[in-house]
Amino acid sequence: MASYVFARLLSLCVSLIVASVVIFTAVEVVPGDPASFMLGMNASPDAVAALREELGLTGSLPERYLSWVGGMLTGDFGTSYTYRVPVAELVAARLWVSLPLTFYAMVLSTLIALPVGMLAAARRGRPADLTVMGTTQLGIAVPNFWFAMLLVLIFAINLRWFPAGGFPGWEAGFVPSMTALTLPAIALALPQASILARVMRSSVLETLGQDYIRTARAKGLSQRQTVVRHAFRNALIPVMTILGLQFSFLLAGAIIIENVFFLPGLGRLIFQGITQRDLIVVESVVMLLVFSVILVTFLVDLAYAAVDPRLRRRG
Amino acid sequence: MSLLSVRDLSLAIHGTPILKDVSFDVAPGEVFGLVGESGSGKSMTALACMGLLPNGSKVGGQAMLGDQNLLALPERRLRDLRGREIGMIFQEPMTALNPMQTIGDQVAETLVIHGVARRTEALKVAREKLDRVGLGAARFPLTRYPHELSGGQRQRVCIAMAVALQPKLLIADEPTTALDVTTQAQILDLLRGLVDEAGMALMLITHDLAVVAGIAQHVAVMQSGEIVEAAETEALFRKRAHPYTRALFAASEHAPERTGHPQIADTVLEVERVVRDYALPRKHLFAAPGHVRAVDGVSLRVGRGESVGLVGESGCGKSTLTRAILGLERLQGGRIALDDIPIEAPHVAPGTRRRMQVVFQDPYGSFNPRHRVARLVAEPFHLMGRVEDADARVEGALEAVGLQASDKERFIHEFSGGQRQRIAIARALITRPDLIVLDEAVSALDVRVRAQILDLLAQLQGEYGLSYLFISHDLGVVRRVTDRVMVMQAGKIVEEGQTERVFSYPEHPYTKALIAATPRIPESWHEEARSNGVG
Repeated sequence: MASYVFARLLSLCVSLIVASVVIFTAVEVVPGDPASFMLGMNASPDAVAALREELGLTGSLPERYLSWVGGMLTGDFGTSYTYRVPVAELVAARLWVSLPLTFYAMVLSTLIALPVGMLAAARRGRPADLTVMGTTQLGIAVPNFWFAMLLVLIFAINLRWFPAGGFPGWEAGFVPSMTALTLPAIALALPQASILARVMRSSVLETLGQDYIRTARAKGLSQRQTVVRHAFRNALIPVMTILGLQFSFLLAGAIIIENVFFLPGLGRLIFQGITQRDLIVVESVVMLLVFSVILVTFLVDLAYAAVDPRLRRRG
Repeated sequence: MSLLSVRDLSLAIHGTPILKDVSFDVAPGEVFGLVGESGSGKSMTALACMGLLPNGSKVGGQAMLGDQNLLALPERRLRDLRGREIGMIFQEPMTALNPMQTIGDQVAETLVIHGVARRTEALKVAREKLDRVGLGAARFPLTRYPHELSGGQRQRVCIAMAVALQPKLLIADEPTTALDVTTQAQILDLLRGLVDEAGMALMLITHDLAVVAGIAQHVAVMQSGEIVEAAETEALFRKRAHPYTRALFAASEHAPERTGHPQIADTVLEVERVVRDYALPRKHLFAAPGHVRAVDGVSLRVGRGESVGLVGESGCGKSTLTRAILGLERLQGGRIALDDIPIEAPHVAPGTRRRMQVVFQDPYGSFNPRHRVARLVAEPFHLMGRVEDADARVEGALEAVGLQASDKERFIHEFSGGQRQRIAIARALITRPDLIVLDEAVSALDVRVRAQILDLLAQLQGEYGLSYLFISHDLGVVRRVTDRVMVMQAGKIVEEGQTERVFSYPEHPYTKALIAATPRIPESWHEEARSNGVG
């Protein structure tokens, strides 16, 4: 087990280094000078030179790479050109919205998808299964911002249970913040849950066709007990893979939902960074996202080993 | 008073009749053998008694266990009976256990699910049962996972699981078919022991007549969903009253007639002191990988027109050696030559490769399902450059193996297992090779189909002067079709010689053990059948 974890960790570090080099060169290799690009066509040479200094574009390539990476390791992501505040602060503030939103959506999606997927598998071909398959098809096909608008219409405007948008900040208290995140989390969770439920269904169905399920039935387990005691855990592996992918997607890909609900999240930060040519912000946030994706992959790898004893002994 | 009494059992699945008027009795404490070819309805009979038939099944008749009709009981009652009154084990021990659960938990589950014991006590019983089936605590703690066990050991776990609650009846569906002969003998011993000490009845389903001969008191022979003959074992083996029973016996003992004369002095294949190592996974990240020697200094030769057998249990290195001979494995030592042309993986000249072909075990997995037969059979032509009369040769090869030229337009799923194996042989023949490697080529076939394929191989050998390297775990078949035989154990050839000599007077202890473990129908039972003119 220890060697498995060590090998995964090593692969995590290598991936991070490769990713940082790729992101760094992408910004470097892009034709033109980032500073003049950021300032636009009419900038004076002095302003460009000043910005070059500020951006740390004056040293040699390896020097700049090391100072960029070193800065990130110590929490110094540079200063945003447009906001004039440290990027670390900007990102941290946004992360406090995006991370809870992502987890909220993932928890909802998992809580909906796993039982629904199992139910559909256990009742294959019967009305419950057909209903699940039809609904999830709809959940995947309909864009999430449309769900979002529908949710706002029903729960914010008509029923007035939740705010229609905005985020009060965590200092306003846990309950108001979570209430503000509820509708966006549901809007994000529905399509994800639809995908996850279908993966769960087919995974459980495949598992139910295995020989050990027949063995379990011959021992006297009911269909239901077989699903819960034997099929569930075996069916989890593909589900965990999808969950890992969804986390990365939700963390940065919630931009439309963030816009609909007017939430200050990471997605909006990147979007603003790109439109305002704030390359330092873009570079840092992208690196952070890559880091989170790699970290989640690592955690998913660990989860595989926790679920499947066959993986524990491999090096 | 019988324990299980099945009367007029009939079954249709989605309207297709599967079983018809199946009747038999199993007495307490007896071993009842149910014999038949694949698709004869043996397994369905067992599943009907367990109430585990697939969806869309319609059953008729009755199956009385004591005073309860298993076919009429509601699912709830059946659940109580399964595992408690009737235990069942299946053919594939490799996949029959949940890979995510420890063996202790899986055995204990039988007790927990029936509310007999809580987990802690159930685990104690599991320990006793695993001890009983020969998996002692020292080497097999309850915390072991299935992937840490061999096939035979896993089958023992399945047996422990099935007998944990001391059922009155154990149904074993081809329990030893996937196992090596020595393991098979041990598992059959274990089953017999359990029957003797617990007074449990055993319903043993198998395709292998020799297996039932050694263990069952009563035997029923099934064909196309019907029991065609049933009697006390020895009487049935001696009389062989039904034509189908006779056909089965004849096929299982069939020795094809060889027409060609092997020219042993003319060497086709020569293997000299071949060594093949595999790297083992590293113990930890920076450790040098260990090695396992799969083939350890093996030498052999095959003469023109000769059939040479290679026998050994799984893991002995047969398959690696086969692959090396086919030029698919790099060697760590020794040399292989086909007609004095060295075979060195991975670059074997097409002209050399075309002179040896192979037929594999699985007639279902060996073909691309999307290609027509013509393309499948013509595939080896890429070794020969442009072939002018390709079509005619495909047709010729199909006819040579007893199919029709028009079959080339069909797809592989339209053929039966035996026909597919004929197509595999046609594919091997198409390049007019000198040597055909038959890697368990008849092991997956029913006895009657197997007999036909063996006849075909013998006939083709006579016509084309082919040499065969016949690799199999089935000693009986090897004995009947080969001139010489080699016995392989742990990567080494431990004994070789004329087939009859090796089987009649084995010298090496391993050969002796293999032959002793092979189930056999007592010689005296044959004699009567033959003298009655039905053998």
